[in-house]
Amino acid sequence: MVQSIDHVALLPAYLAAGTAVLVLLADLFLARRAVTLAAAALGTVATAAGALWVSSLGERETFCLEGGCSFVADGTGALVAVVFSVLTLGVVGLSWPALRDPEGPPTGEYLFLLACSLTGGVVLAYARDLITIIVALETLTLPLYALVGLRRKSVASAESAVNLLVVSVISSAVTLMGAALLYAVTGAVHLDELRRDLGGPTTDAVATHDPGAIDLPLTSVAVMLVLVGIAFKIAAVPFHAWAPGTYDGAPLPIAAYLSTASKLGGVFALLLIAVGGLRPALDRSGVLLAAIAVATMFVGNLAALRQTRMVRLLAFSSIAQAGYILAPLGAFAMAAGREEDAITAAVAATLAYTVFYVVLELAAFAVVIAVRGSAQGGLISDYAGLARRSPVLAGAFVLALIGLAGLPPGMAGLFAKVTVVDALLEGEAVWLAVVVAVNAVIGLVYYVRVAGVLVRAGEGAVAPGPRVPWPVALTLGAATVAGVVVGFAPQLVLGAAGG
Amino acid sequence: MNAVLLAVLIVPVLGILAVAAGAWAGNRRLGAVLGTVFAGVGLFAAVALGFDHSGRPWTRITEEWVPQLKLSFDIGVDGVSYPLVLLSAFLTFLCCLYTAWKGTERGDALIALLLATNVGMLGVFVSYNLVLFFVFFEIVLLPMFAIIAGWGGPARRRAAVKFALYTLLGSLLLLVGIFVIVTQAGTGDILALTESGGGGLSRGTQLLAFTLLALGLAIKAPLWPLHSWLPDAHTEAPTVGSVILAGVLLKMGTYGLIRVAVGVAPEGARQAAPTLAVLAVVAILVAGLVCLAQTELKRLIAYSSVGHMGFVLLGIATLTQAGLTAALIGNVAHGLITGLLFFLAGSVKDRAHTGELARLGGLREVAPGLSGMLGFAAIASLGLPGLAGFWGEAFAVYAAIQRDQTLWTVLAVLAAIGAALAAAYLLRMLRLVTHGPPGEAVAGMSGTGLRAVEVTSFVPLAAGALVVGLLPFVVQAPIGEAVSGILQAI
Repeated sequence: MVQSIDHVALLPAYLAAGTAVLVLLADLFLARRAVTLAAAALGTVATAAGALWVSSLGERETFCLEGGCSFVADGTGALVAVVFSVLTLGVVGLSWPALRDPEGPPTGEYLFLLACSLTGGVVLAYARDLITIIVALETLTLPLYALVGLRRKSVASAESAVNLLVVSVISSAVTLMGAALLYAVTGAVHLDELRRDLGGPTTDAVATHDPGAIDLPLTSVAVMLVLVGIAFKIAAVPFHAWAPGTYDGAPLPIAAYLSTASKLGGVFALLLIAVGGLRPALDRSGVLLAAIAVATMFVGNLAALRQTRMVRLLAFSSIAQAGYILAPLGAFAMAAGREEDAITAAVAATLAYTVFYVVLELAAFAVVIAVRGSAQGGLISDYAGLARRSPVLAGAFVLALIGLAGLPPGMAGLFAKVTVVDALLEGEAVWLAVVVAVNAVIGLVYYVRVAGVLVRAGEGAVAPGPRVPWPVALTLGAATVAGVVVGFAPQLVLGAAGG
Repeated sequence: MNAVLLAVLIVPVLGILAVAAGAWAGNRRLGAVLGTVFAGVGLFAAVALGFDHSGRPWTRITEEWVPQLKLSFDIGVDGVSYPLVLLSAFLTFLCCLYTAWKGTERGDALIALLLATNVGMLGVFVSYNLVLFFVFFEIVLLPMFAIIAGWGGPARRRAAVKFALYTLLGSLLLLVGIFVIVTQAGTGDILALTESGGGGLSRGTQLLAFTLLALGLAIKAPLWPLHSWLPDAHTEAPTVGSVILAGVLLKMGTYGLIRVAVGVAPEGARQAAPTLAVLAVVAILVAGLVCLAQTELKRLIAYSSVGHMGFVLLGIATLTQAGLTAALIGNVAHGLITGLLFFLAGSVKDRAHTGELARLGGLREVAPGLSGMLGFAAIASLGLPGLAGFWGEAFAVYAAIQRDQTLWTVLAVLAAIGAALAAAYLLRMLRLVTHGPPGEAVAGMSGTGLRAVEVTSFVPLAAGALVVGLLPFVVQAPIGEAVSGILQAI
């Protein structure tokens, strides 16, 4: 059988992969740090532009079989691809101090790996069958093992890389096992086909499955395995233990990438599979997702209360945020949550919350990097008195933290929480909405504590350099402005996520 | 009038920018003065807003904002909200003036935070959209937290965190309640929901929504037993913080109960009313007994607020014209009188460096002016006829008796006993503070006369208490008409 391939639909993926090649060539032939960085930045911008252009052409599909298409360039995919590219661009900007440090990672390899990871993310955005999704997710994660370990002469860095490697490989194996079992039950890998086959008897001639596939115990096991495997990537409880150590050991920009782009990848894969492919099994996956969300929120928030290191605090806070991200999907546990409108609302809320969250999280990491340069995050008490020495940085940090706590003046975070509660009540999951509320209260304790340290008089060990390097300043400025803009015009994000 | 309404919200924001500009230019004094001027302009706009009250509502602005969340920028004023808008702008101006004049340390930042709090409070009072109401409700939290944590007493950090956590829990329960309504009714328009008696929601849904809304708002109000943040916050807050907290912030809770909880879930309110009334009367009695045993001046005034707000909540729980009107008048009266009491307590503590009742005493001999004002405020607070405190409390009791059922009659009698307790503890406070031989702290006081800044802050509040007391119809007339609109649905 000869397939015709729509290369236009594939353009964003080509551009992302091209970025990796461009960076490699630039490093090889020119070997100038600034040029390589410029190539990486240019590539990510081109990828984002390509994704936007393709989405303006309407929905395009390619790699189609009778069961469905493996690669669909739709509006949601474009949103995710653009966010991926922009996040990668931001991380490239934030990498400036680390790359200029003679002790830091080698520029060419570092940016090449980052661009490879971006390629995985962009392909994931458009992937619509189990195999492509898993391969894309692995492409997204694989370069990160190396990136986490790229800090020279650092045992912590190597240790966290091994941690991440082991945990991630196990989780991939679990997901693959689940996917294999699903194939055994239905004979399908395309999400559309999977949904049809699990949904009950069908007139489709291709379907050779047992009409009662959805009721097989094996199906339940498969659903659990797939979702649990992906939960590792989001650092959801009980698969979160790798995150704090890995974030703290990795170079700061890579920690920022792990907690934003990598998390977005996990969330989107989860949405694609749980809601797209396994929709008939939502009654089972809903209960699982609700349990994971509740546990993730509580564990993340309670553990964050006790942290003394800045990056570990951000790591636990990002675990808690993963709980809020998953919370709308917990509504599937309720019968009302599985109605068409409620499902749409929950998916849109999860995507929207993720977008609000990555903007705020990137801003928070940008401040930490602006303050610390190529050093590690340090202790929270090191940041005491930042408000006196650098009011602008402290202001941006407070804005990001308060946004993560979900309060004005961090309007983006406020609307993120409102969106989640709205979706939960659309699915009549009042109890879960109350759990979200209680967790937001716990979260406020540590976010306010950090904000309090910043304004407290005192000399922390952190003395911000005479000047923040311009790429870091630019990234911080852009993330903060983006946070303020989506805070006052949340309909932009909500519209894109719902469309 | 739409421009004036917008100005009421925007002028305080401009004031914050002016303060920031002052700090940027390195002249913090100028920033403080500019901030105060903007607070004054804001008060002027709030007064002007009341000139034209022919429409129902008087004025309204509706702009689409976030359709996905049923959030629209829908604001306006009517008789229920206008007195509180005025109170909020008025107290904020007095507090800014007091701060700027006294030359408080980092006074410009304090003024900016007061203005930010004011934006949130005014926004709550003028919102006609449920989600917008929530957004403004949240805006108040952090500025007030910063006021307590930055300018408060020795245990300020703990008190501030307690305040923030309680308040956030309350506002998030409120959020859940609001979205129970919004997702079921498909609209966030408070007036439309009130007119349709809750948008045709079922009894169960309305009860669930009302319970969540009332829980959330009761933390703010505060209703016993959810009040335990209040004594700490009031005691530790700086004088202006206590004034705004007691004067306006608590009213966001009671106003929200009337406008939002009763307004959009009337059926739920009807079912939950007896519970609310019982808790309100318990609050009155408990607060009265606790106050009798208090040994610290600001803490005593703080606890007395719990009792006074108990009367307001009792009025709301009756769900009658008289009760709701009494509640709204009680709101305004409490704002004026307790604001004055906190200003006075601050002046006493400034001079005597302690609020311990045992170490005060004999104030009328050493500082007759201050003592006289304190006497006036205490008598107004205990509800002497002819002063503002009387109408709200008397009519709350009257409204309960009017319900003519055994439970309500018993509650009315108990509330009346609570009013007597209030008289007892306020007179005890006066005896300990003003009478007797000068205590050690009072004897060593410096600057016994009233300062100009104090006279300027106290007199308008005292005059307000007198005007509302002698001419209650000034407040009652616009309120009554608007309240009947809310009650029609029940």
